[in-house]
Amino acid sequence: MSEIKYTKDHEEIKIDGDIVWIGITKHAGEALGDLVFVELPDVGATFDKGADFAVIESVKAAAEVYTPVGGEIVEVNDALPDNPEQVKEDMSTGWIVKIRMNSAYDLTDLMDEAAYKAFCDANA
Amino acid sequence: MDKQTALYPYHQANAKSMGEFAGYTMPFYYEAGVLAEHKAVRENAGLFDVSHMGQIALKGEGVINFIETITPSAFDKAALGMAKYTVLTNEAGGIVDDLIITKLADDHCFAVINAGCKEKDIAWIESHLPEGITLTCYDERALIALQGPKAEEILSKALGEDLSTLGYMRMTHYGDVWVSRLGYTGEDGFEISVLEKEALPLWNRLIDEYGVVPCGLAARDSLRLEMGYPLYGHDIDATTSPIEADLSWVVRKRDADYIGGEVVAAHVEKGVSRKRVALALIDKGIAREGVKILNADGAEIGALTSGGHSPSLNKAIAMGYVLSEYSAADTEVFLDVRGRKLKAVIAKLPFVEAKTKSAKTATNNTGKAA
Repeated sequence: MSEIKYTKDHEEIKIDGDIVWIGITKHAGEALGDLVFVELPDVGATFDKGADFAVIESVKAAAEVYTPVGGEIVEVNDALPDNPEQVKEDMSTGWIVKIRMNSAYDLTDLMDEAAYKAFCDANA
Repeated sequence: MDKQTALYPYHQANAKSMGEFAGYTMPFYYEAGVLAEHKAVRENAGLFDVSHMGQIALKGEGVINFIETITPSAFDKAALGMAKYTVLTNEAGGIVDDLIITKLADDHCFAVINAGCKEKDIAWIESHLPEGITLTCYDERALIALQGPKAEEILSKALGEDLSTLGYMRMTHYGDVWVSRLGYTGEDGFEISVLEKEALPLWNRLIDEYGVVPCGLAARDSLRLEMGYPLYGHDIDATTSPIEADLSWVVRKRDADYIGGEVVAAHVEKGVSRKRVALALIDKGIAREGVKILNADGAEIGALTSGGHSPSLNKAIAMGYVLSEYSAADTEVFLDVRGRKLKAVIAKLPFVEAKTKSAKTATNNTGKAA
């Protein structure tokens, strides 16, 4: 049973056992405007919790994507560099990486859908 | 609180992204998005609010001589009504601003200066102003750029005037409406100076009746980048000479009797150690302002001053300065993007062919404005 959570940096994550899929929220996708490139990390690279691991390039700026968990990249979505707009799609096709959480993880600062919506409205 | 142009009510109601630019709240893009706006200008017609730019006049006997002391360009033989892109130079041969000056009469020139340089430029010009020449600021005017292959047809209908007779880089007027056939997109088009109260009605009419696509500053930036047109404060500034900036075509050959002229003349004669170049990325990625340019050995040879995605070419392009020995077209270089070394080549400009109307187009229009 997987669950979807959201971060204050507008990442959307799907937790599936110790594997975490990371993408960006619909809200973030809309705010970024037209996308032109996604820079992916290498499979096997490790990141600490809170580190930026990918960059989404829009026509106006580069936006970093942060991981809410520490761990090792086990898979990257190779379709994104050529089809950057795909990152705005649902997690099933718009995921950026899958990361294997290391043991020291803490998901308490993640939001569920209702909390994330309230967060976006409050920061609109 | 940032300043607003006369078109602010439209931007506020319709822009999808707005922000501060040169002290003004300006639209970055509207509902269509940057890529669609860019494409509209290349294929049909797009509309830009450039009212944040400064519109000024210099008047008085000897004004042409004066302009030839503050710019390196030749205006003495320019036809009346002719506009020229040029720069204001400082004592070090650097660039105070780039601007377009139109010679309306032997004693009257009109100029459009960058928004972010307005106060500086005016102070600069006034500090050099000789007796008998006056500077006027048209603060009560808005400026709208209509750009794209359909611009002539649309503006002719909208104004009820035949604009096919107005040549490239020429200015004319219809009452209080001043029209110049130029722009900063590489497409045919016009910059239309109107009184502020007339701006919103004209803007809305062009959109509602003629289907012109409103465009924000982001598309303006990608369009000018494809043409290799410099953006002041980024690609050119007080430390870059027109020769280093690859703008030697604005420098007259006749003499160097202008501010910083001896420095610029030395650059022409002896060459320069760095040059502004265009770069096309070979590897995938986007490289923006500030990215270091490296040679094949990894040594730093320059830095980017602009860069982004070219919607027309669907690839990444950039501009920057490199040591002159690396400035030849097709030279392979590397761009350090967050530690990744992306391969790029020095490219020829423009990236996209200019479709501005030929300057040779016959015209009977003379400078009548103001």
